[in-house]
Amino acid sequence: MIGNLDYSTLQHLWWLLCSVVGALFLFLNFVQGGQSLLWQVAKTGLEKDLVINSLGRKWELTFTTLVLFGGALFASFPKFYSTSFGGAYWVWILILFTFIVQAVSYEFRKKPSNLLGSSVYELFLFINGSVGILLIGAAVGTFFTGSNFELSSYNMVTWTNPLRGLEAAFSLFNLSMGLFLVFNARTLGAMYLVNDIDFSATPDMENRLRKACMVNFICSLPFLGYVLVSLLLMDGYGIVDDRGTIAMVSRKYLANLLANPWLIGLLAAGLVLVILGVFITAKSRSRAGIWFGGLGTVLVGLAVLLLPAYNNTAFYPSKADLQSSLTIFNASSSQFTLTTMTYVALTIPLVLAYVAYVWWAMNRTRLSAEELSDETY
Amino acid sequence: MIENFDLTMVNWARAQFALTAMYHWIFVPLTLGITWIIAFYHTIYVRTGSNEWKNLTKFWMKLFGINFAIGVATGIIMEFEFGTNWSNYSWMVGDIFGAPLAIEGIIAFFLEATFFAVMFFGWNRVSKGFHLFSSWMVALGSNLSAVWILVANAWMQHPVGQAFNPDTARFEMKDFADVVFNPVAVSKFTHTTSSSMLLASLFIISISSWFILKGRHIQMARRSIAVAAVFGLLASGFTAFTGDEAAFENARHQPMKLAAFEGLYKGEYGAGLVAAGLINPTKQPGDQQEAFSFEIRIPGLLSLLANRSPGSFVPGIEDFVYGNDEHGIMGAGEKIKKGRMALANLDAYKTAKEAGDEAAAWEALAAFNENRDFIGYGFLERPEDTVPPVALSFYAFHIMVILGSLFTLVCILYLFFSIKGTLVRQRWLLGLGTTMFFLAMVASQAGWIVAEVGRQPWAIQNMLPVGVATSNLTAGTVQTTFFMFLALFTLLLIAEIGIMAKQISIGPEED
Repeated sequence: MIGNLDYSTLQHLWWLLCSVVGALFLFLNFVQGGQSLLWQVAKTGLEKDLVINSLGRKWELTFTTLVLFGGALFASFPKFYSTSFGGAYWVWILILFTFIVQAVSYEFRKKPSNLLGSSVYELFLFINGSVGILLIGAAVGTFFTGSNFELSSYNMVTWTNPLRGLEAAFSLFNLSMGLFLVFNARTLGAMYLVNDIDFSATPDMENRLRKACMVNFICSLPFLGYVLVSLLLMDGYGIVDDRGTIAMVSRKYLANLLANPWLIGLLAAGLVLVILGVFITAKSRSRAGIWFGGLGTVLVGLAVLLLPAYNNTAFYPSKADLQSSLTIFNASSSQFTLTTMTYVALTIPLVLAYVAYVWWAMNRTRLSAEELSDETY
Repeated sequence: MIENFDLTMVNWARAQFALTAMYHWIFVPLTLGITWIIAFYHTIYVRTGSNEWKNLTKFWMKLFGINFAIGVATGIIMEFEFGTNWSNYSWMVGDIFGAPLAIEGIIAFFLEATFFAVMFFGWNRVSKGFHLFSSWMVALGSNLSAVWILVANAWMQHPVGQAFNPDTARFEMKDFADVVFNPVAVSKFTHTTSSSMLLASLFIISISSWFILKGRHIQMARRSIAVAAVFGLLASGFTAFTGDEAAFENARHQPMKLAAFEGLYKGEYGAGLVAAGLINPTKQPGDQQEAFSFEIRIPGLLSLLANRSPGSFVPGIEDFVYGNDEHGIMGAGEKIKKGRMALANLDAYKTAKEAGDEAAAWEALAAFNENRDFIGYGFLERPEDTVPPVALSFYAFHIMVILGSLFTLVCILYLFFSIKGTLVRQRWLLGLGTTMFFLAMVASQAGWIVAEVGRQPWAIQNMLPVGVATSNLTAGTVQTTFFMFLALFTLLLIAEIGIMAKQISIGPEED
């Protein structure tokens, strides 16, 4: 059956798969959110250890999802890989730096003779949770606002802004997207920690976390509001003829939503679930908020990533040269490669199944202060 | 036109990739090998229920965890660097090269990352059986990731299962099975994993020997060594065998690389292998100087290695640069000419297509097809540009082989004295043993140099030279990130060594 899929279906399918991975990454950013909350919610050494150890059992999942997001884009949309990474050089390098320092921090923080001291590794975690996510958000924003590049007839990229991608962070829309992701990650982080930690030794931290969930959600609202209203009003980069010509189209993203009402459904359902998760966490003693907040984030993330690509839209538009813009049609791998990779993708449910099983097995009992005496970060 | 980039920038981009890859490669082989040995120790603990084996397993696991974190940190940069610094490469071969990277993520990294948390934190959270299963899954996941990244790397050395598409001006995949079962991939994977197993065994031998010399944890150290020496000996035999296979594949697919390993400028029948030698640093292809200031050769051995026949002909560097009619070898000069014609015809084809002139496009395409196999050579300036750095390739290759032989001997001695039960008294061997891990690191890095420097100037053998594979960046930008990576990775490495040394000196728990 897969072998009979036509090229356009495969291109849509692979954008969907990449978007699912991207949306899962946004959910798993609860790790980054928790990191950036550390100093705010954990006041004692024990509280800090609980937060770090709780997140420390999940950080690799987030990290691996990011690596897979990169790998999936490379395999399915190599022109995006070459144009964006090679063009918006500085923004990606800085994002990567924040993930390099994250990867060692859990393991090194509490070990004796760690050269830099615990607080530096905690700072690394904070930088990853704040600057890293902000820049990722700004990069996602460029899917709508466009970037500054030109492609030669052999698809070699020339970036026309000397800041090489960092200029993305100076657009109000991109910045709002980034700040929304930062606050959303913090909201999710609080939800996850409430879910995972046994607070019998640290009851104050539970209250702080439940409060932080609400506060960060409220902080995220103006940025989310600005992004959503802008999306409805802004002009977008549309494919306007059969030759793939790109032109500015008035209210393009509104048109995309109206043409695909299920995207509105995803967005609305996602937002309702996140709100539900916040209220469950902040206004009750329930631990289940993360499941609502997590699923809600996945749905919103999916809608945001599909919106600039489907319905004949350029997902990585160029402000400098409209015709250099990338679409899922001109940026994809060959039909053969997409077909092959679709067979490989059949293993994804298996991967999700064992990840879910291990999550369940490891989170059955909450992380308690007693457990920290052994095998800790 | 596909442009050649500023050479200074290309060299900085190469230096940056080499830097990040070599730092990454400090940590990866230990992970690849030690995960199997830990899973084995863990199995003994589960079967015997002995607390000593549990403490032993936990000790090596702790050292592995420290190593793993920094391996992950240096690894993410490798994946994205293909995009940031080698964007033209990413576009021109992404259709083929991206697939193994994505598969590595789906199939291997998730296995590793998911079960890593169980392995480390599952002692009291999951059943003993599932915990043990997790240790094996981490080993499997790490080694599966090696499969896919080496499939990708082998494809760069021997690009099979692809064709150039003049319409998209990129290389596209035609046969996935060819890419996966590339003979170079098979020999690379087996050689890399077996040598990593050897390195991990030597890591355990070095630290355990130090404990015995210090008179600490003697029982644990002897047990660790008994397992590691067996693993190490088996691995060293397999490393030698697969290394021989890799050299044989080189002779088929990258004969210039093999010639550079041996500093062989003029092809010979019954070519000898250099047992020891000093390269003449001023020697250039085509001049009349001797290649070596001093050399000891074992007659016929290179021919045997390359062709499985001691009297056979092994072509030298100059045969490939200037051609050798007698053996039907086309010189690089002629290939460059053909390559340039292919590039010009490709340009003509694209121009005619854009102008809608189908007849002219068809004609240009036919002309392009005549020389399409040489397209990569069209980017080179001179025939001599096809020669990799000979001295570096030669020394790296010989250091790797000599150290590899030493490791086999050391494993035999450790096993012999372990069986005899007199290992604790062999202080000379224990002293030598403590240095083995550092030497294994040297051999391992040398192996990386052999594989990657030996294929210069190609990013993709015969198809894409490094000079056109990079991103359009300034030399200053790449220089800046080079030093940023150097500073950060060095800092993290120093921290890692400090932590590791401290944990070793603390030693395993004892009941």
